[in-house]
Amino acid sequence: MRKPLVVRILSSLDTRAWIAMAVFLGLALAVVPVLHLALPEESPFHVSTYAITLLGKIMCYALVAVAMDLIWGYGGILSLGHGLFFALGGYAFGMYLMRQIGHDAAELPAFMVFLDWKELPWFWLGSDSFGWAAFLVMALPALVAFVFGYFAFRSRIKGVYFSIITQALTYAAMLLFFRNETGFGGNNGFTDFKRVLGYGITAPETRLVLFGLTALALAATLVFAAWLVKSKFGRVLTAIRDAESRVMFIGYNPLWYKLGIWVVSAVLCGIAGALYVPQVGIINPSEMSPGNSIEIAIWVAVGGRGTLIGPIIGAFVVNLAKSWFTVSFPEYWLFFLGLLFIVVTLMLPQGLVGLWKKLMNKEGAAA
Amino acid sequence: MIKKLLLVLLCAAGVSAHAALDPAQVRQLAAEDSADKVAAIRQLTQTADPDAVRVLQAMADDALYVARDKALIISGEQAFDAATGAAVDMPAEPEAVTVNNRLRGELANALAALKLFDADAAVRRASAQALQASADAGMAPLLARALERETDAGIKALLVVAHAQATLGDADPAVRLAAVKALADTASPAVKSMLLPLTDKAGEADDKVRYAAIEAVKAIDGRLAVAENLGRVFSGLSLGSILLLAALGLAITYGVMGVINMAHGELLMVGAYATYGVQSLFRAYAPGLIDWYLPAAIPVAFFTAAAVGVVMERTVIRWLYGRTLETLLATWGISLVLIQAARVAFGAQNVEVANPGWMSGGIEVMPNLLLPWNRIIIVGFAMFVLFLVWVLMNRTRLGMFVRAVTQNRPMAGCVGVHTARIDTMAFALGAGIAGLGGVALSQISNVGPDMGQGYIVDSFMVVVVGGVGQLAGAVWAALGLGIFSKLLEGWAGAVIAKITVLVAIIVFIQKRPQGIFALKGRFVE
Repeated sequence: MRKPLVVRILSSLDTRAWIAMAVFLGLALAVVPVLHLALPEESPFHVSTYAITLLGKIMCYALVAVAMDLIWGYGGILSLGHGLFFALGGYAFGMYLMRQIGHDAAELPAFMVFLDWKELPWFWLGSDSFGWAAFLVMALPALVAFVFGYFAFRSRIKGVYFSIITQALTYAAMLLFFRNETGFGGNNGFTDFKRVLGYGITAPETRLVLFGLTALALAATLVFAAWLVKSKFGRVLTAIRDAESRVMFIGYNPLWYKLGIWVVSAVLCGIAGALYVPQVGIINPSEMSPGNSIEIAIWVAVGGRGTLIGPIIGAFVVNLAKSWFTVSFPEYWLFFLGLLFIVVTLMLPQGLVGLWKKLMNKEGAAA
Repeated sequence: MIKKLLLVLLCAAGVSAHAALDPAQVRQLAAEDSADKVAAIRQLTQTADPDAVRVLQAMADDALYVARDKALIISGEQAFDAATGAAVDMPAEPEAVTVNNRLRGELANALAALKLFDADAAVRRASAQALQASADAGMAPLLARALERETDAGIKALLVVAHAQATLGDADPAVRLAAVKALADTASPAVKSMLLPLTDKAGEADDKVRYAAIEAVKAIDGRLAVAENLGRVFSGLSLGSILLLAALGLAITYGVMGVINMAHGELLMVGAYATYGVQSLFRAYAPGLIDWYLPAAIPVAFFTAAAVGVVMERTVIRWLYGRTLETLLATWGISLVLIQAARVAFGAQNVEVANPGWMSGGIEVMPNLLLPWNRIIIVGFAMFVLFLVWVLMNRTRLGMFVRAVTQNRPMAGCVGVHTARIDTMAFALGAGIAGLGGVALSQISNVGPDMGQGYIVDSFMVVVVGGVGQLAGAVWAALGLGIFSKLLEGWAGAVIAKITVLVAIIVFIQKRPQGIFALKGRFVE
């Protein structure tokens, strides 16, 4: 007899993981807000606005990294175009934020006024409704992923072929969004947001709510992913990763498994993008540049793919390093990043998590 | 100085020449009023007398003077009678004839027109060409006369056009009609804009002439469009050649080792910077031979890029054998390091690589279709490299080994091919060819740290469309993609063209996942 869903979800993570998650949520939802609001700025324990924005941003990246890990670590499909889904989610929510800027000057977003457009293009229809925006954040990446994935997986494009074609896809989309005529603000993208759901977007309280929501989304994604990879679907997926032909001969059609995880991964990226845009305050086509998408892969590789905590660790380590380097040694960031790509693939195929496990095993063996 | 000498020579020649010019007419050149001067210039021009060239040239060179009511040409310490060319005594106070800008324009035209009667065909041709743009109604009789006398067919054709332009504003509709009909055979935008006013009622009262003008504009438009499309095909061909140079190396390494080298674009950059380095060396140590730096850069670029490739293969790619996706990431990391290294070594700005003198200019195929030499040479260079690669792959022992490893690595190993060494050699070869691509690229685009980034997706597309490990496939795919995207660019703009090409490739792979030229045999998985 199958166990009820709740039990299965609860048993997808072990006790230690649940405790860690509770600690994480407690920090994000209670400790950080208190430290930010209640303590004076001079206090050494005060959490600055900069830190909150940075951490919120990195949590969005971590969410993307988990999504990437689902498709790469568990599906064996390396996508170099996940930046596209992230940006699509961001743009979908950005449209709503643009409409919320206010109608003081004009009915239309400023960049449309500059282009001398008289009315909103059809695809902006309904963009002033939060519900529609939230729907679009998930539906748009899902649709793009479904159409592209269906054709790609149906003709059994895989390996480096698939990777390069996803890179071409995000590159083409970037070129498209760079055009002013496309109707998404050209290379400036969307910025200068004022409010979300009527609340001022730069108010500390709004920031903290967004921060907390991101933390909740990350935690929920983690639970969902843990359940997914242990479900039957997840196990067939892992089997496809390891031996696609055998799975086919047993009687499964890999198309629907690959397509399923591909769409799920895209939707998660879209959500991350939507949470990212109000916190960072800008979305522009450079988010779709091939370099950004390939960086997502390195977060996952650094942390350790095929594990769920790995991508999160990787996203935090790489992005904290990035913030530190670009402030202290901007010249050397690309050297560091490049060497990271090389060293991790050569020496740490299982990432930091793999390294940790190895060290623990050695100690265990020695003891 | 040379001009003065020439002048003296011309004057001396004039002495022995036949009948002199009409002194009264020549004197008129020095009239008070500009309008009179213009009239005099035109009259002199109408005589079609080669001797008039001497006087008008002197006037244009500010060597025409007036003294004792006579026009004189003064060159240095000597004075000549303008009309006869005979040497005369230096007058006490010669008065210079002032030449304003309007007169200068008039003189230039007059001189060009007079040169139509020169004995030298090359001079006549140059003059007829100069008049293509500036023939006016006043020159019509002169042009007609030149046309009668001309024997060279090429010059005659030029003169017909010039004459037609000059008579386009004639009062007689029959003359205009003839002019329009003569112009209908040309293909220049300037002629088109000249005919446009005649196509509507306000500009042309006569129906016959107007219809003829409309037809003529249509014919010219058609010819212009043909030239424009040919131009696009040609620039597509040169883009395709660059793509081919980039993709050849990629096709070899992907075929042999099954890995995509994401740093392949940066090998192009290495080749381009090597070219820059050779150019700088020539500038510093052999400025006289600067025009020949490019041939010297070819081997340097090849071996520099090949050396970088060998280092990459030995230190990174070899250790990731069989893990193609990781290789993708690692080579991406190498590309970042190379880009940043170029930035640190040469600065983030583009560096200047100049075309050698013999590569500037081009062949004018049609009035509005110029094929630049640098692009022609690049197409030729790509063909040459392709030929060398073909020979190497099909006629040498190394090529045979490379093909063997591409087709079946374990079996090649079993019969004694040193596959690891072949990997290195193939990788060095691919990298070297990319370096050659960098030499070509440095001649037509900017040389900077980021220059290779745009080429990896494009050249991989060539490999995908052409089929893996297929030279012929890579050639057709590169040229096809180059021409297709340039033609699309002309119709729809660069961005839409790029997107369309990418979508077309994705659709294409649906139908033919193995590329145009699929390897035959058992190659599933």
